[in-house]
Amino acid sequence: MSKLSLRGLSKIYGNKFQAVRDLSLEVEGGEFVSLLGPSGCGKTTTLQMIAGFVAPTAGSVAVEGRDMTHVAPEKRDMGVVFQSYALFPHMTVSQNIGFGLEMRRMKRTQLQDRVNEAISMVRLFGLEGRYPSQLSGGQRQRVAIARVLAIRPRVLLLDEPMSNLDAKLRAEMHVELRTLQRRLGITTILVTHDQVEAMTMSDRIAVMTNGSIAQLGTPQEVYDKPASEFAFRFLGHTNVVTGEITSRNDCSAVVRVGSASFSIEIGKNHTSTDIKLLVRPERLRIGAADDCKAKGRISTRLFLGGLWIYEIDSDIGQMRVAAQNMGDAQPQEGETVGINWNAGDLQAIALEMTND
Amino acid sequence: MTRSDFGQNSVPWLLSMPAFALFLGLLAVPMALTAVLSFNAFDGMRGIQPGFSLTNYVAILSDGYYYELFLRTGTMAFGVTIICIIIGVPETLILARMRPAWQGTFFVVILGPLLISVVVRTLGWQILLSREGPVNSILIRLHLVDHPIQLLFSMAGVIIVLTHVLLPFMIIAVWSALQRLDTQVSHAARSLGAGALTTFGRITLPQLMPGILSGAIIVFTLSASAFATPAIIGGRRVKVVTTAIYDEFLNSMNWPLGAAIAVLLLLGIVFVVVGSNQLTERKFKQVFA
Amino acid sequence: MSNRVIGQNGPVALTFHTLLTVFILAPLIVVILVSLSDKGYISMPFDGASLRWYREILRAPELLSAFLLSIRLGIASATLASAVAMPAALAIARYRFVGRDGLMAFFMSPMMIPHVVLGIAFLRFFSIMAWTGSFAALVLVHMLIVTPFSLRLTLAAVIGLDRSAEHAARSLGASRFVAFRRTLLPLILPGVAGGWVLAFIQSFDDVTMTIFVATPSTTTLPVALYNRITQSSDPITTSVSTVMIIGAIFFMFSLDRMVGLNNVLIGKRTG
Repeated sequence: MSKLSLRGLSKIYGNKFQAVRDLSLEVEGGEFVSLLGPSGCGKTTTLQMIAGFVAPTAGSVAVEGRDMTHVAPEKRDMGVVFQSYALFPHMTVSQNIGFGLEMRRMKRTQLQDRVNEAISMVRLFGLEGRYPSQLSGGQRQRVAIARVLAIRPRVLLLDEPMSNLDAKLRAEMHVELRTLQRRLGITTILVTHDQVEAMTMSDRIAVMTNGSIAQLGTPQEVYDKPASEFAFRFLGHTNVVTGEITSRNDCSAVVRVGSASFSIEIGKNHTSTDIKLLVRPERLRIGAADDCKAKGRISTRLFLGGLWIYEIDSDIGQMRVAAQNMGDAQPQEGETVGINWNAGDLQAIALEMTND
Repeated sequence: MTRSDFGQNSVPWLLSMPAFALFLGLLAVPMALTAVLSFNAFDGMRGIQPGFSLTNYVAILSDGYYYELFLRTGTMAFGVTIICIIIGVPETLILARMRPAWQGTFFVVILGPLLISVVVRTLGWQILLSREGPVNSILIRLHLVDHPIQLLFSMAGVIIVLTHVLLPFMIIAVWSALQRLDTQVSHAARSLGAGALTTFGRITLPQLMPGILSGAIIVFTLSASAFATPAIIGGRRVKVVTTAIYDEFLNSMNWPLGAAIAVLLLLGIVFVVVGSNQLTERKFKQVFA
Repeated sequence: MSNRVIGQNGPVALTFHTLLTVFILAPLIVVILVSLSDKGYISMPFDGASLRWYREILRAPELLSAFLLSIRLGIASATLASAVAMPAALAIARYRFVGRDGLMAFFMSPMMIPHVVLGIAFLRFFSIMAWTGSFAALVLVHMLIVTPFSLRLTLAAVIGLDRSAEHAARSLGASRFVAFRRTLLPLILPGVAGGWVLAFIQSFDDVTMTIFVATPSTTTLPVALYNRITQSSDPITTSVSTVMIIGAIFFMFSLDRMVGLNNVLIGKRTG
């Protein structure tokens, strides 16, 4: 039996706007699942329905088999970390962390032990008597996390909790939070629009758009084998090339891109003579201009430390190529270079599925 | 940033000069003159006597009548304040839960009367509270009393009307505090196991305290300073500090004595305001810095 | 969305709210009702209504002149207050100078001082300066008590303004004054106008302070009303009051149009 079970969850506002459409998801115990998508895709609404702050129009939420759909939020035993941390401003750090335990009528000594345990888990020593207004942003986030860890919830819900941190702190927190979650084995749902965050921390990612899950899979599955153009576009940068169909039969075709020809699987409904293909920047390789599948002129070159990024005006379109920095000399802006790839790296997408 | 954003001392003072000069001449000077006046003696035949004298203050501080007067005024103000808190806080919360369209309408209804002169509002109450008036008629109809109760010219009547006049200020203060709350904080409390009532008592209300207190200070000082309402509703039977000042100035012509009472009123109010601010600051400073 | 957790208003809440609304509106409704009665004493119009008490206003010269005086007084004091508040607001909003907080407190102080105390202070002052009965003097003291309102709204408008338009004008060659006139003034005008209207209303409505400095030749409408109320039981007070209520409603709409009623009422003080 899965730990958290969402079945057919829907939310319609005012008879018009459907924020969440028939969303179903089974989350196993100890799993870390991210709801990833742009703003307005329904991920936050879904989280609020899981937590009980919003009542679903249809569908159900169940935890360990028990139906929670109409249970009040305070009885769901879920820990929520909010985007703004939502600390109680009139209580000290200790009182904040101990609040959930107070609500569970824990005895004072036991409560104090749990609070101390939570404080040590997030490394907030020495700040127990401070008020939220006296803490930095990073410290406040740790209090918010400690506050939910203290109650040892059955499900942990994170609503974009790291969007207010600076980049370096955020990267550190990704690792820390994931380590903590692994160690404690808490089933976790993270809502985020940051794909790096989702990929770093999750066991599985649910890519959401327009109120439903476009694709569900491990980070690698979703990145390498996106099931829709939307998923492809949302995770990582993508290049679009148009290939010409030179010959076809029912379920496959030979496509020509640049000077290369290769065969791909194709849907029966595809009638046009062109096909759009997507390819990741890191799958393209820069080579000599005379021995290549496509060539072009480097218009911009960016150095990202571990990577070089090239924007190339090529004969197959505007291409972005990412090359690992091996410390060697690299082509300059203005140079003409060749672009190469392996056949399987170009993915076809169904022309019908251009939703964004 | 341009130079003008930093202390170029002459320009801002030049800009403020018209207002400053007017305020200095028309506010500071008359107030100082009043203070001086309170130290003059008064002779029934010959009027205000020049020269420094403490007779007025001695007269006030040694006469039980004035202690009663200040006590009555303070008690009245306190009563109005308490009622405004009891009625105002729930009403503000109710307003907060309304849909925007209704909310806007009721804001106008509840706060709009502030734009209408207090004389008009008090006149309405004078009619309502009279022995033949609607309030008594309803009370008799509902069999809550046998014969009309005396509401006019009674402290109860004054308190009722002052509550009506000053309630909007309490609502404004609590509303401002409510707006500054992060709604996710109550959600956080709920997710941690607190029911709706507990959330309100342990989380929402404590955060509203500074706002409630500031509203209370405003209502208290405005009640103690109110004139038209106690004059019309209280009449001769319910004397407060402000009507006593009026009597001295416009009836007895004993301006120095009136000035002394006024100075004491002002000092009392300053004391209450400053004292409460100190208390609030000390209690809430670390929390709401 | 948070309402779903905090809850909708239940029947108890709505009953309480309705009773409170009745409490707030009762005196105003009563005044309007009584003004429509055709009897010669204070009574409800249920067994006889007429506009006789409105016609009576036209036959009461002292009320009419008081009304006119209040209007003139309001316009003059509001205009003066706006004129001095504007540069002061600019100074306070844009410059950090020694004594800024004190100056602000000084300008706001008329709201903190009991109007009775202000009234007697002005009464004494006028008698020393031999200004008793002078309309100009009345304008000055009214200007004093309404300036805080004008200042507050003008200040809010100036503070909320993005200075980059002004800076752009200056970098393009406009002098400080021209930049002010062409970029700043048009944008803060709604706030200034709102401040003017609020100041006018406060001046028109004031009774506590004005009672002390009013003379038979400088009696404002609220003071005239107060005198009638305390000296007699004349229904004409209700028709005059109804006119004032209607006027206030009209101003409410114009204030809302200019700055939004919420901005005015939240953070409003009167005495």
